[in-house]
Amino acid sequence: MKSVRIAGGLGFYGDSWRPIKASIERGNVQYVASDHLAELTLAILQKDRQRDPALGYTRDFAPMLLDLLPVALPRGVKFILNAGGLNPMAAREVLLNALKKFGIKLKVGVVLGDSVLERFDELQAAGVSLAHMDTGEDIAKVRERMVFASAYLGARPLVEALEAGADIVLSGRVADAALFLAPVIHELGWHWDDWDKLAQGIVVGHLLECSGQATGGNFGGDWRSMPDLAHIGYPIAEVWENGEAVISKAPGTGGRVNFDTLREQLLYEVHDPAHYVTPDVDVDMTTLRLQEIGPDEVRVSGATGRPAPDTLKIVAGYEDGVMGQAMIGYAWPDALAKAQAAAEIIQQQMVEIGLKSEETVIEYPGYNSIHGPLADPTYANDLNEVYLRIAVRCADKREAAKLGRLFPPLALSGPPFIGGAGGMLEPRGLLGIWPTLAPRHIIEEYVRVSVEES
Amino acid sequence: MKKRLAELAHARSGDKGDKADLSLFAYDRPSYDLFVREVTAERVKEHFKGIISGEVERYEVPNVLALKFVLHGALDGGASRSLRSDSLGKSLSSALLRMEIEV
Repeated sequence: MKSVRIAGGLGFYGDSWRPIKASIERGNVQYVASDHLAELTLAILQKDRQRDPALGYTRDFAPMLLDLLPVALPRGVKFILNAGGLNPMAAREVLLNALKKFGIKLKVGVVLGDSVLERFDELQAAGVSLAHMDTGEDIAKVRERMVFASAYLGARPLVEALEAGADIVLSGRVADAALFLAPVIHELGWHWDDWDKLAQGIVVGHLLECSGQATGGNFGGDWRSMPDLAHIGYPIAEVWENGEAVISKAPGTGGRVNFDTLREQLLYEVHDPAHYVTPDVDVDMTTLRLQEIGPDEVRVSGATGRPAPDTLKIVAGYEDGVMGQAMIGYAWPDALAKAQAAAEIIQQQMVEIGLKSEETVIEYPGYNSIHGPLADPTYANDLNEVYLRIAVRCADKREAAKLGRLFPPLALSGPPFIGGAGGMLEPRGLLGIWPTLAPRHIIEEYVRVSVEES
Repeated sequence: MKKRLAELAHARSGDKGDKADLSLFAYDRPSYDLFVREVTAERVKEHFKGIISGEVERYEVPNVLALKFVLHGALDGGASRSLRSDSLGKSLSSALLRMEIEV
């Protein structure tokens, strides 16, 4: 039976590509599918693009490809990446120039049409409300502050690029798992209404899209049992014509592939597991089976699918203030009490200088900054060290920066024994996220694929 | 007898917008049945009082011995606007494991 082998690439912008090299060299893969875009990433790319209109893609992808191509080219390995971010054309330009510089001839495909902010007026005129898909709120209250809006496209344009001969496909926003479904469809010729097979393909993609999270990274069980995370292997899938798949990793790499590591990833960021809605198929994960068939080998079978939705999800981002933050650390004895006293001082001074903050968060790293009210207070009065962190939401950078300037005087004029008074952090723009829906035909009408050779 | 979930399960959390999703994994069928009975959406909502502002939904996933909890209003508006240290809510799953249940 025909099959295809696909390697999981990055799990986010900034992830390591060393494990991908192992998958190419020792994992016998034909494709690498790489997810550079977390929900948050577009917010980062938007800031880049505001600074320079030629940016807006994830800048790690070109160094990554140039590092991997020497091992990938002799093996004919192809790449599918959503590294185009908000600006896939600019990403391709950068890549084509780099390839030419090194005399590498490759076809680079690009998928356009996911960026829809400039079409919002047109969408609203066509009767699309663009209301918040969870709360139903009217978009009017944030419309003016929107800085990007990307629709989650499916696997079709990616398949189209592969069929046009692309060796590397660069997209912007597509459903993460679609990056993996595309080469499966291209190689195995599945039909677009073969819902159960498409569901299996999406499950495989979902298992592979977060790099080390499928192979023992961020493992919420017995994390000590995960061997050699310093050399973790990223997941590899072999998918057969009938839809069945086996997840593994390259020989000699660290981490684990087993029932526990895969089920943690299977349900990661899935809400209703019986309706994992993607642009290509509505997946039911409750019918599938994960079966350990050997060391670091798990068979995935039995996912079922229902027809693809008539709408596509759009995630837009809007400016929502600027965060100012500062930290200072205190030593035993009474570390927490000192940090709390320092917080009192800062709060009084915030009022006295008239710092305008719409929201203030006070946390004590070393005590409760991660679990908040659920932190265990048993040893609160005898901690070795506690930090004070204050964060404020302000209207602009100038206002937010005022917070940091209140911290340094604490060194000589506050409670005793400070450490790590690295206090003043650069204020950071905050973005609210606006998820909404639009009829797919209106979005897809503008989707374009083009392939160009270096 | 009461036991902490940390002794009986493993867990992972994810984020989407202002929602956190927590997966709770049992190691065997009897523990899964116990979780279905004890770790209700209401109890989880109560457990996260002061952290989340919205409702909690629960889904049963018996084929992988898991319960899925979706926590609304869990991330101070979402990771990219949150002022919190754990803006992604990555640690909320471990906070769930602090819960004690009757075994």
